[in-house]
Amino acid sequence: MLAGGTDFFPALGSRTVSGAVIDVSRVGELRGIEFSPDEVRIGGATTWSEIAAASLPRCFDALRAAAREVGAVQVQNRGTIAGNLCNASPAADSVPPLLILDAEVELTSCSGVRRLLLRDFIVGNRKTRRRSDEILSSVIVPLGLQDVPSVFLKLGARRYLVISITMLAALLSREGDGRVGVARIAVGSCSATAQRLLELERDLAGQPVRRELSSLVRASHIAPLSPIDDVRAPAAYRRDVTLTLVRRALDACVEAQS
Amino acid sequence: MSPWSAIETRKPEVDLAFKVNGRAVNVSTLPARRLSNVLRENLGLTGTKVGCDAGDCGACTVLLDGEAVCSCMVAAAQVEGCEITTVEGLKARAPLYDRLQKSFLAAGGAQCGICTPGMLMSATALLENNPCPTESEVMDAIGGVLCRCTGYRKIVSAILTAHSEHVSSPTAHAGAVGQRLVRLDGQRKADGTEIFGADEMPADALLLRVIRSPYHRARFSFGDLRSYRETRLGIQAVLTAKDIPGKNCFGVIPGFADQPVFAEGETRFRGEAIAAVVGEEQAVEQLDLERFPVSWDECHALMEIDEALQSGAPLLHANRPGNVLVGGRVVRGDVEKALAQADVVVEGEYETSFVEHACIEPEAGFARRVGDRIEVQACTQSPYMDRADLAAILALPADRVRIIPTAVGGGFGTKLDLSVQPFIALAAWHLNRPVKMTYSRVESIMSTTKRHPARIRARAGASKDGKLLAMDIAADFNTGAYASWGPTVAARVPVHGSGPYRVPHYRALTRAVHTHLVPAGAFRGFGVPQGTIAQEQLYDDLANRLGMDRLEFRILNALDDDSPTVTGQVLGEGVGIRECLEALRLRWKAARVEAEDFNRTTSTPLRRGVGVAGMWYGCGNTSLSNPSTIRIGLKRNARIVLHQGAVDIGQGSNTIVTQICADALGAPVDQFDLLSGDTSITPDCGKTSASRQTFVTGKAAYLAGRALRQTLLRMAGACDCASFEFRDGRVIAVDNGKALSVDLADLPLDEHGYVLTQETTFDPPTSPLDENGQGNPYAVYGFGAHLAEVQVDVELGTVRVLRITAAHDVGRAINPTLIEGQVEGGAAQGLGMALMEEFTPGKGENLHDYLIPTVGDMPPVETILIEKRSSVGPFGAKGIGEQAVIPTAPAILNAIHDAIGVRIRKVPATPDRIRAAILAARGPGDPRG
Repeated sequence: MLAGGTDFFPALGSRTVSGAVIDVSRVGELRGIEFSPDEVRIGGATTWSEIAAASLPRCFDALRAAAREVGAVQVQNRGTIAGNLCNASPAADSVPPLLILDAEVELTSCSGVRRLLLRDFIVGNRKTRRRSDEILSSVIVPLGLQDVPSVFLKLGARRYLVISITMLAALLSREGDGRVGVARIAVGSCSATAQRLLELERDLAGQPVRRELSSLVRASHIAPLSPIDDVRAPAAYRRDVTLTLVRRALDACVEAQS
Repeated sequence: MSPWSAIETRKPEVDLAFKVNGRAVNVSTLPARRLSNVLRENLGLTGTKVGCDAGDCGACTVLLDGEAVCSCMVAAAQVEGCEITTVEGLKARAPLYDRLQKSFLAAGGAQCGICTPGMLMSATALLENNPCPTESEVMDAIGGVLCRCTGYRKIVSAILTAHSEHVSSPTAHAGAVGQRLVRLDGQRKADGTEIFGADEMPADALLLRVIRSPYHRARFSFGDLRSYRETRLGIQAVLTAKDIPGKNCFGVIPGFADQPVFAEGETRFRGEAIAAVVGEEQAVEQLDLERFPVSWDECHALMEIDEALQSGAPLLHANRPGNVLVGGRVVRGDVEKALAQADVVVEGEYETSFVEHACIEPEAGFARRVGDRIEVQACTQSPYMDRADLAAILALPADRVRIIPTAVGGGFGTKLDLSVQPFIALAAWHLNRPVKMTYSRVESIMSTTKRHPARIRARAGASKDGKLLAMDIAADFNTGAYASWGPTVAARVPVHGSGPYRVPHYRALTRAVHTHLVPAGAFRGFGVPQGTIAQEQLYDDLANRLGMDRLEFRILNALDDDSPTVTGQVLGEGVGIRECLEALRLRWKAARVEAEDFNRTTSTPLRRGVGVAGMWYGCGNTSLSNPSTIRIGLKRNARIVLHQGAVDIGQGSNTIVTQICADALGAPVDQFDLLSGDTSITPDCGKTSASRQTFVTGKAAYLAGRALRQTLLRMAGACDCASFEFRDGRVIAVDNGKALSVDLADLPLDEHGYVLTQETTFDPPTSPLDENGQGNPYAVYGFGAHLAEVQVDVELGTVRVLRITAAHDVGRAINPTLIEGQVEGGAAQGLGMALMEEFTPGKGENLHDYLIPTVGDMPPVETILIEKRSSVGPFGAKGIGEQAVIPTAPAILNAIHDAIGVRIRKVPATPDRIRAAILAARGPGDPRG
């Protein structure tokens, strides 16, 4: 399956293409962003540049920020959201921003259409529940928190064109009483698949939205992560800086609320 | 029919129609073929460069319906009906392109030129929508295009100023030395017509691919090669060591040559060649090399220096006991006694990593047999050395081997060694067909030379009043499986280990140690950057221990014209290190105040620091003859032909050597026609390395120019103060208002086809080093010092370099723009070495795991040029190529220490290493953990 080609061709290396390739890059129905009262539907072949330039509710701030960090302009102009999700790299920049939106994916085949929560769709390092006869036709984001700002933080060893050492997305809603309604934090590059920090999210709910919120973050909150040592960084460092970035992301969320 | 356009790749080629540069084209090709290949091979648009085939370098950027895309990641069939613009099509987009191109050339935005098309296309995509972008918008636009030469800042300023009217650059008239001439080969780098290694492959060339060892060390045996060849259509030959008519051995230093073209029985590093497959392009392209008939028996590999040095360790080469390739030694005074008597002694151990050159141009070329001669056109830094090695491999006399060097898309030392040349030459010789090869990025990273990893232990001592007394250095270098330039590194480091300072008592012992890893070779500085990382950090410690200002400590101890170096050489003139350091004083004081203010007032986890480091570097070979020969010819039409054999790898020798020659002769630069370093037409100017081309070849060009001038003055009967005019087949000497003419039309032509030929050789005066390394290893040294300002995020361990101020004594700045280009590009490589570059053999053989700086990582670089002339060099000039990279990394490391009080002793200082050092310094119970 070929769309933007930004994972397909690098994986090919010096080999030539063998076997059938289906190019979906020109299927108009797979491209673009549609709004309905309940949800936002992003066509699978929508590129990162299109997402970055789109007029989207504030809860998409993290996704749009991530869109500008996927590779560089050349990759963003071709690479698609479905490609990023189906490639299922642990370091896929789009996954944490979509996880905090409780996004779903729509899978289409000749035998029909089904929807899965994104967190159920990606099951491991480069493993998804897409059947070989399916394409990821849309990403669907339920609305409800659309006015809540979200943030995306990425740490890499250089400025552009860099695979994340760690990255995360967060959003925090503020209720009328000034307390946290919903808190969602997802971390990528620190386990086989990006993870939501559910315990932290529970601990934050109901807390006053103020600067000190980030001091509630404890090392145990990132226990669901299982980072590895690789060429980019050792596991211990990833845990250490992820904790810092989670705190910074919460600070940024609080700031965006005020 | 389904709405999906289906492509069945097993089917034959499809016919595609699209527009390229405004022209409708029809192409028959495989639908999933990379667009970059279609543009280059089917349409001949070789201005689009291929650097990685993975979207990691951006060299292949084209516009697809107006948007910048990497053409290596677009399938041919995806552009059906679309509009593609390549660098060749930019002309049609005038006046935007015209302005952008002029701006690029005037700013010095193109050095080697391999990234220039990608940069121009990315800039065009930006400027068409946003003619007056901000700096950060420019950076976002070119963030996906890697440049290894320029350090990016000149490219950014070229794009920022593209909208404005340009002041015309200096013209190529008399008085060229010192002028900011646009590089003479700039136009073709900016319009995509420059020919690099992969850009002129003959249409009928066979393709060659190499079978390489997947293991660091393995024994191997071949299966049935004959049936492998015979059962595959289109395969013409399988070549192994048995097919080599001459010596299966090459190497850059005579006496140390030890590397086989094809390994025999055992491979000594991952990526070593064992065989090659040659045949029709499509057939060879489609081969799955995993299925080549060879069986491997992996053996225990020596990876670390210590393991290789252990007694009983297997020997990589039977004639090199202890796996020591060679040692280096410089001893002066009594270092033990001086250290015992010093008021302050500091010591440290420092480690550096394999660093990959990451030239954006992978090694490439083709060979063809012409009768009983072989011709090789490839990217190289050293055509005559290539010729000698290929002659030995093919058992031919040297004059039957012709090397045609192409433009080089980044060299930095790695293209001094052979890469594709022996394979394609051997195949073309046997098959009597042109044979081509371009390394894949993976192949390039796994098999070509690297910067030597170093482990350096050093001590230094000073007196209470801040005088350096002694330095003691023991350095081991992991030289990998074959000699390459290991002996040069082992010899250079002890000579330079003191830095450009007066150190009366000195001992430096080095070893180059073999391991089963990729050969370490030449990389900008031949080990001196590694040594300087140790020495300049140690001197910082000394200054801190003495309670002295770190810059003033260096100024106090700076070498001068009359003091002996650690090899006992008294240079007598041209020692400009003190001037360089003093030139940094102003910024040093301001930067330190700014950093202190920031650190005092910030409520963030950011800390700022300032660091300085000095440098010296001897120009040319160490105590060895390294002559350059320049030939200039005067034609009947009064044009001057310069046989310029100093390969221009982007640093600018085509321009510099011409500027020197022009002024020495007294002719305008635009009177010259340049010939390349083709060994059949141009004499040997030696290799482009060791910062020797401006100095050595430049001096030969100066002498040749002066000699031709004398001849013409004599013929005209003019005095030495006369000026020349070259026109209408005459040379007119204007002498005190009198015009004395030499008519060229009637003069006979000599054997070279010129009316006058001048050929002059220059070999810098040096003397051999004795058993203690005492003597005059170089005739000239370049000096410099860098000041780095950094900001460290103490919670993340990340470093942002805010600004670099670089002072360099270049003797005489022949072309300030080109020198700034060397300084800025050197600083970028130094920054990469300091903060991110580390190659681990077997891992990350690509440009997304192996990271080099992008535009967003480079700070502004202010270059201060000092001209303390050295009379040996042309117009007093010294080299700058390697000098530029040496002080950056230690200056950054010293700035990090200044910011956070922590010494990073292993480079690169990656975020995790810095963070670990911060945590270790705080101790386990620290609540700030």
